Amino acid sequence: MNGAANSGLARRGTVLSLAVLVVFLAAWQWGPGLLGIPPFIIPPLSTVYHEFLRMLAVSALMTHTGITAAEVIAGFVLGSLLGAFFGYILGMSPTAEFALSPYILALQIAPKVAFAPLFILWMGFTVYPKILVAILIVFFPVMVNVLSAIRTVDPDLINLARAFKATRAQIFWKIEFPASLPPLFAGLRIASTLAVVGVVVGELVGGNMGLGYLLAFGEGQANTAMVFVAILMLTVVGGIAYLAVILIEQRVLHYLPRRAFSAT
Amino acid sequence: MSDVVRLEYRNVTMRFVERSGKSLTAVEGVSLSVGDGEVVSLIGPSGCGKSTLLNIGSGLCAPSEGEAFVGGERVEGPNAHVAFMLQKDLLLPWRTVLENVMFGVEIQGLPLAERKRRAQALLENFHLFDFAGHYPHQLSGGMRQRVALARTLAIDPSVLLLDEPFSAVDAQTRMALQRELAQTLKREAKTALLITHDLLEAVTLSDRVLVMSRRPGRIIEEIRIDLPQRDDPIARRQEPRVNEYVGRLMDRLDISHVEVAGASA
Repeated sequence: MNGAANSGLARRGTVLSLAVLVVFLAAWQWGPGLLGIPPFIIPPLSTVYHEFLRMLAVSALMTHTGITAAEVIAGFVLGSLLGAFFGYILGMSPTAEFALSPYILALQIAPKVAFAPLFILWMGFTVYPKILVAILIVFFPVMVNVLSAIRTVDPDLINLARAFKATRAQIFWKIEFPASLPPLFAGLRIASTLAVVGVVVGELVGGNMGLGYLLAFGEGQANTAMVFVAILMLTVVGGIAYLAVILIEQRVLHYLPRRAFSAT
Repeated sequence: MSDVVRLEYRNVTMRFVERSGKSLTAVEGVSLSVGDGEVVSLIGPSGCGKSTLLNIGSGLCAPSEGEAFVGGERVEGPNAHVAFMLQKDLLLPWRTVLENVMFGVEIQGLPLAERKRRAQALLENFHLFDFAGHYPHQLSGGMRQRVALARTLAIDPSVLLLDEPFSAVDAQTRMALQRELAQTLKREAKTALLITHDLLEAVTLSDRVLVMSRRPGRIIEEIRIDLPQRDDPIARRQEPRVNEYVGRLMDRLDISHVEVAGASA
């Protein structure tokens, strides 16, 4: 009965969702014209689509998208690994956390994207400063989630393992690490979208590669449609990254009761 | 039941230092011994240090004064002769029922085949065999508690320390679980120290009941339960003298005079 109710909800939800999409696309196509908004403010859907085809042919759109995607993946993976590593270390060592927490807090408060010009000064117009911004911005949500997960493991679970004479390593691998996975994945979901932000800011600041560059280039040309295409492609890159995290999460956390994976 | 003492506390005192710097005595000068195969219940007001005694017995913390012995050996830390079970089932959500039951023996490094054999035999015993591949969230509270009991028994301890193991399940499930526990303790000739708030549970499951005072906890009364059928608490409930014992425990705990505010402390 519950299942039937759920599938009914899913069907109604999907229909409504598609209806919203159709209304949105129609409003985009004809709305600006009806409201007298000029195309250099909001180009209609068809214009953006033609610009998309033009950019595919002339502006190496897929190459730029590929570069951005590669930077996003590199930044996301490295930032997540570093964040998880420090999260576990600090989670297991209260002394280290006590000593380092003011610096971590300061770094966390500092707007990470503001480091982009600095990194470009250091590393030039290469892909590395973009990846570095992404690493920096991805690091914190992952680290904070892992840290608090380790902190909130039920002490009775640890005692249970200790009563069985578990070693420190066994307590980590059999209790703390698996217990930290759900919050870790919550952090990775946020991180996957933030990685795109980091990379785009890096590309906007300097260089001649990636969707961020196309974004800045379109702006310079007053080509609003080009800006729209770049934004859409960035959303696609971010969406794929987010979806990949969710797919991995569903495999790893298969033991959890079924829940909605749709929203954060 | 033999005269061999399996679990013993000698003059155990436990003090904690509170955050305010004030020292707090949880238990004071507790001496008790549990014979081989005997089941002893410990009752007393909340906060009288019953759980502290359990932690000391399992070697998770050392007493401020005095000593605990298991099988004649001084408890210096966690050891394989003792296993504990709490009100919380403490099942690991990422492990199946079978893997949860194997948790203790896995840590102790038994070969996989042997751990599987033991866990499967226990699951069979507790009518959980068909649920071996289920995850904890798919089970009812009573089943989860049975899995926890199976995990406790899997390491084949000689002493079981039970801290209100059934207080979180509904009344009917509790009776079924109590009977399963009583039968297991009898069949396997295990020694058990059971902490409970349920006076009827204490009387129906135990050979002896010890009453503790308010903090600092001391043992103020020992009542031997002279009833047949320790392996069947449901049958024992029918005994007319059960009410007599429960009445004595109520008197001793001074339950009619306990203020609710005091009890929740």
